[in-house]
Amino acid sequence: MISTPTRSACSVRDLKKEYVLKGETVRALRGVFFDVPEGDYVAIMGPSGSGKSTLLNMLGCLDKPSSGQLLLGDDDVAKMSDDELAEIRSRRIGFVFQSYNLIQQLTVVENIQVPLFYQGKLGKKESDRCVELAHMVGLAGRLSHRPNQLSGGQQQRVAIARSLVNNPYFILADEPTGNLDSRTTEEILQLFHRLNDEGRTIILVTHEDEVAKRAKRVVRLKDGVVQWDRFNTEESRREAAENAIRNLPVES
Amino acid sequence: MFLMWYRTLQLGIKSLWLHPMRSLLTMLGIFIGVASVIWLLAISEGISLEAQRQIASLGADTIIIRSVKPPSEKLSPQGVTPYGLKRDELDMLVSTIPTIRSALPIREIRRQFQYENVTIDGRLVGCTPEYADVTRLKVESGSFITDAENFRRENVCVLAAKVAERLFPGKDPINKPVYVPESKDFYRVIGVLQHRNASAAIGGSLAAQDFSNDIYIPIRTLQQRIGDTVAMRRGGSFEGEILELNQITLITSSIEDVKTTASLVENALTSHNDMQDIAVVVPLELLEQARTTRMMFMIFMGLVAAISLVVGGIGIMNIMLATVTERTREIGIRRALGAKRSDIVRQFLVETIVLSVVGGATGIIAGVICNPAISLTRDIIKDRFPQTFAALPEVVQKLTPTIVPESIPIAFGISVIVGVVFGLYPAYRAAKMSPIEALRHE
Repeated sequence: MISTPTRSACSVRDLKKEYVLKGETVRALRGVFFDVPEGDYVAIMGPSGSGKSTLLNMLGCLDKPSSGQLLLGDDDVAKMSDDELAEIRSRRIGFVFQSYNLIQQLTVVENIQVPLFYQGKLGKKESDRCVELAHMVGLAGRLSHRPNQLSGGQQQRVAIARSLVNNPYFILADEPTGNLDSRTTEEILQLFHRLNDEGRTIILVTHEDEVAKRAKRVVRLKDGVVQWDRFNTEESRREAAENAIRNLPVES
Repeated sequence: MFLMWYRTLQLGIKSLWLHPMRSLLTMLGIFIGVASVIWLLAISEGISLEAQRQIASLGADTIIIRSVKPPSEKLSPQGVTPYGLKRDELDMLVSTIPTIRSALPIREIRRQFQYENVTIDGRLVGCTPEYADVTRLKVESGSFITDAENFRRENVCVLAAKVAERLFPGKDPINKPVYVPESKDFYRVIGVLQHRNASAAIGGSLAAQDFSNDIYIPIRTLQQRIGDTVAMRRGGSFEGEILELNQITLITSSIEDVKTTASLVENALTSHNDMQDIAVVVPLELLEQARTTRMMFMIFMGLVAAISLVVGGIGIMNIMLATVTERTREIGIRRALGAKRSDIVRQFLVETIVLSVVGGATGIIAGVICNPAISLTRDIIKDRFPQTFAALPEVVQKLTPTIVPESIPIAFGISVIVGVVFGLYPAYRAAKMSPIEALRHE
C-alpha cells in the first residue's frame, strides 16, 4: 500500500444530514468539510450529539448524506444506490467496531474472509491471504478458534485483520478500544500505529483524549460542524505513547 | 454464482446446526406433512384398488339381476305371495336380447346338512355348470356340476372347502352322501372346491357373499326336489317363500354392450309388474363409480395432507422470524461488511429451504416404508391382541397401502415450495432492516 500523499482517501465537502425523529427534523450534520489524504491517521472527536456517529455512518457508506459530496478515493458515494453502497463496503471500507462484531458461528479465518465472500471471491488465494492477515495481527495459533474462545483483544485483532482483507481506502474504527482494558488498548493502538507506518489510512472515532493523542491529526466536531482540525506533533504523539506505557498496571 | 450458493448453503447448515433441537422441531412439521401426504394417498389407493378388484371379480361384462323381497304393502295380507325372477323371464330375456351371450340362473336356500352325526347350517345353491367359471370358484378335487348331471337332475353336490372340513373332518368326502333333513334327500359328493375369500358388500346394491358355507347342486335337481315353495323356520314360526330364482347372472357378448343390455333388461323386467321385486346390479357401473369415488377420496386426502404441510410451513416461518430477530446483529455486521439485501435474502431463504428439503426427504423415506410399517403393526396387534384384531373391520385387517408414485415428487415439490413461500417473508424482513439499526441491536 504505497501511496503518494497528494491523493485523497476520503474527501468530505459541505456534507449535510437531516433526519426526522418523532416529527422533528434533526440536523445532525450542517456542512462538514475535511480531507483525509492517503496514509493519514485521523481521530474524530466530539461530545455526544455532535454528529460523530452520523459522520461515521456516512464515511462507512452505511447511510447517504442529505446533501454535499462524499468522495471515497475515486468513488462519489453521495448518490449511490443501496446495492452500490454494499458493493463499496465490501470492496473498499475496513470496519473496526467497539464491540468487535464478529460472527459467532464462524472461525477466525472465516470471519476475516467475510468481506471477500460478498465480493464473490471464494478461492484458495483469498483464504491464504486471510491466514496471512491472521498471522500479521498475531493470531497464528488461533486460526480455527471461534470468537467466544478468544479474549476481547484477540477478537479486536480479528476485526482489524478483517478490515484489511479488502485493501480498503481506509480503516474506519469506531471506538475500537472502548471495551478493552488499558493493556489491551495499548496493544491495539500499537497495532494501528504499525499499520499506519506501513502506509494504511486510519480514521478513528473516539471520545478518549488519550486515544486521540496517538493519531496524527484530530478533527473535533461540535453541533454538526467541524469545530477544529489540528495535527499532533511527532513529539506529543511519542509522549502520549510513553505515558500510556508508563501508566499500565504492573503485571502480576 | 454456483460457488456463492454452495457457500451460502454451507453457511446455512452451520447456522442451523447451532440450534439442532430447534431445527429438528421445525423440520418435524414438514416431515409429518410430507409423510402424511404419502401415507394418506397410499392408504386410500390401497382401499380403492381392493374395491376395484372385488368389483372386477364379479366380471365387468356381467349383469347381475337379483330377486329382492318386495316392500310389505305390495304383498297380499293372506297367504304367501310369489315374487322375484321367473324361469319364463329368463327364457324371455335370452331369446329377445341378442347381446346376451349366456345366462346363469341361481336359486339359494338355507338348509341344514348332515353326514353321520355331524349337522351344520349352510346354503344350498342350485346352479348351472358355468357358475364355477363366472364366480371364479376353483375345484380342489373331483369336478364341478356338469351339463349332463343338470339335465338328468342327478342328486349330486359340490362342497365348499369349509363345508367339506366341517362335515367330513379328516375324511375324503368324494362319493359320500350328504343328507338334507328338511327335504329328506341325499346328495352324492362329486367335488370339493378350493378356499375362496368372501366378497365384500358393494355400496348397498350387492350384499356380501360368503362362499364358505355353500353346497352346490344342479338347479334342475333343486327345482324338482325342493320346488319353488320353501318353508323356513325363523325364530320358532314357519315362514313361506315362493320364489323361482334368486339371481340371474347375464354375460354379455362384449363390455361395450353392458350398459345398453342392462337398460333393456331392466325395462323388460319392470314394464309388466310394479312389485319392485328385482334389482339390477351392473359391476361395470360400480367400477366406474368406484373410480370416481377414488378421485374424491384422493382429493380429500390430498387436502388434509396439504393442510398439514401448510401448518408445517407456518412453523418454519415462525421459527425463521424468531431467528431473524435473534440474528439482527449478525445481519447488521454482514450488511456493514458488504452484503447486499439480496445476499441476506439468499442466506435466510437457503436456511428455510434446507429445513424444508431435509424435512421433506426424511418424510419421503417415512412415507415409502408405509407398507412394511403397516404390516408390522398389524402383525404385532395380531400376536398380542388377537381379539382386538378380530374385531377390526375387514378393510383394516387386509389393508395393503399402495404408494401412488406421483405422490413422492409432488410431496417433495410442495415441501420445497412451502420452504420458499414461508421463508420469503422472514428473509425479506431481514433484508429490509437498516444496517445501522441492526448493528445497534443487542
